[in-house]
Amino acid sequence: MQLAQQWVALSTIVRKEVKRFSRIWVQTLLPPVITMSLYFVIFGKLIGSRIGTMDGIPYMQFVVPGLIMMAVLTNSYSNVTSSFFSAKFQRSIEEILVSPTPNVIILLGYCMGGMARGLSVGVLVTVVSLLFTDIQVHSWPLTITIVVLTSLFFSLAGFINAVYANTFDDISIVPTFVLTPLTYLGGVFYSVSVLPEFWQWVSQLNPILHMVGAFRYGLLGTGGENIGYAFAGLLLFTAVLFAVSLYLLKNGSRLRA
Amino acid sequence: MTAALSIKNLRKVYGNQFEALKGISLEVQAGDFFAVLGPNGAGKSTTIGIISSLVRKSAGEVSVFGHNIDTHFSEAKQELGIVPQEFNFSQFEKVRDIVLQQAGYYGLPRAKAEVQADKYLEKLGLWDKRHTPARMLSGGMKRRLMIARALVHEPRVLILDEPTAGVDIELRRSMWEFLREINAQGTTIILTTHYLEEAESLCRNVAIIDRGEIVQNTSMRSLLQRLNKEVFVFDCSGALTAAPVIAGHGVELVDEHCFEVEVEKGQSLNQLFDQLSAQGVQVVSMRNKANRLEELFVSLINGQLDEQGAE
Repeated sequence: MQLAQQWVALSTIVRKEVKRFSRIWVQTLLPPVITMSLYFVIFGKLIGSRIGTMDGIPYMQFVVPGLIMMAVLTNSYSNVTSSFFSAKFQRSIEEILVSPTPNVIILLGYCMGGMARGLSVGVLVTVVSLLFTDIQVHSWPLTITIVVLTSLFFSLAGFINAVYANTFDDISIVPTFVLTPLTYLGGVFYSVSVLPEFWQWVSQLNPILHMVGAFRYGLLGTGGENIGYAFAGLLLFTAVLFAVSLYLLKNGSRLRA
Repeated sequence: MTAALSIKNLRKVYGNQFEALKGISLEVQAGDFFAVLGPNGAGKSTTIGIISSLVRKSAGEVSVFGHNIDTHFSEAKQELGIVPQEFNFSQFEKVRDIVLQQAGYYGLPRAKAEVQADKYLEKLGLWDKRHTPARMLSGGMKRRLMIARALVHEPRVLILDEPTAGVDIELRRSMWEFLREINAQGTTIILTTHYLEEAESLCRNVAIIDRGEIVQNTSMRSLLQRLNKEVFVFDCSGALTAAPVIAGHGVELVDEHCFEVEVEKGQSLNQLFDQLSAQGVQVVSMRNKANRLEELFVSLINGQLDEQGAE
């Protein structure tokens, strides 16, 4: 397939994905905006005003980066899992598998679809957060790079989940039992510095902690002591997930008989 | 001349050790209308699955117009259009979007894809339904949608896996006409079907698969010549109380105005009529038993019978 044809195939997949989540915006775009607004009101305004500061910044400002990241990563993940698994379930994935579209284009298309939803929700949540607090962006390049890479990372993770899933239960297990606990324990609502030393060390094993920390640094300019490690780790694990996803597509396990 | 489809020693063993294909070889020439027949579980769909890359082969080689599906998969796939047995499109997408997306997966630029999609939606009678979600279509329309989708990139080989299963007779006939038309324009068509009259009516060559092996691979004409017995239905004017006795033929009374006669290859029909005349049986019509009900149904649908009845 020539490069121009590959570009057409990629834009076809991305267009289809964007159309899909836009068509069902009441299920995809609206719920995270409402949930995050409640978080801003309850944790930011009502409880946050009693907490005062966290890591030297007002609590409301502290939770904003975490909540944006939480929205981005969960929506990137769930878009790819639900879309790819439902294509598998309805067998419409065969439309792509019988075509000459290369595996890397299929993977990029679905991931870009996931990123489009994750980042759209991220923008919406950011706009809502501006109703509650001012945000002075410390570093635009860093902020955008981290949020885009995080979105890609979770889109890839969602893709792997969808390839292995056999039932709709299988695509809700990881978000419920892995993603949600890691996110809530990932420095969204509190600084790990408030934990005992042992739990601080355990928390360091949670990748979401580093993603949220790096994003918070990019946005607010605080807590950036491990930014290099966070960035390198994110790049490395994204590359690993990309390679694993491509292998699964090439190998065809659970996609081809 | 390069074959449209070449299969060599194709073998498939599934994970449960079931050997679905036992090293079949097959060639389909460009422009042919080729039938692949066989009972359920014979290996027809597995063969199509391997050609379309939805099933991983255990051994063997498949080439489409000389492009090996392993080494030149992109070129091979560009030549292929696949109409599977089961509906495999998103039920929530609109008809035109499904066809446009398929064009995109084959790299057709949007403007050309729109022209192609509209062309085949019109040809297959789906134009009025182009903005309808696929789940709202009837079974026959869904089948036609899959044909439009398979043709949108104008492949040189079209493979249809039981395209008329569950389709009413009138629609089946219109699909046959459409397939004949695109075959006449140069598209090689490979068809699996359970309806033998469909294969007989459409296909020039045939392969019969049974239990993963090809047991026949020949022209339709030479296969049909092997038929050694046909059943003819006779309608007579007078009432019969018993089946006429015709030497050398099996005869069965259907009702008092109708009986069936077995005629073996090489038997003379003149002699048969002589014997009927001698017994005073007045034959008013005669037809081959095959497809009788189908013909009647099509006549009813087209209103021909009403006109005849008025006479």
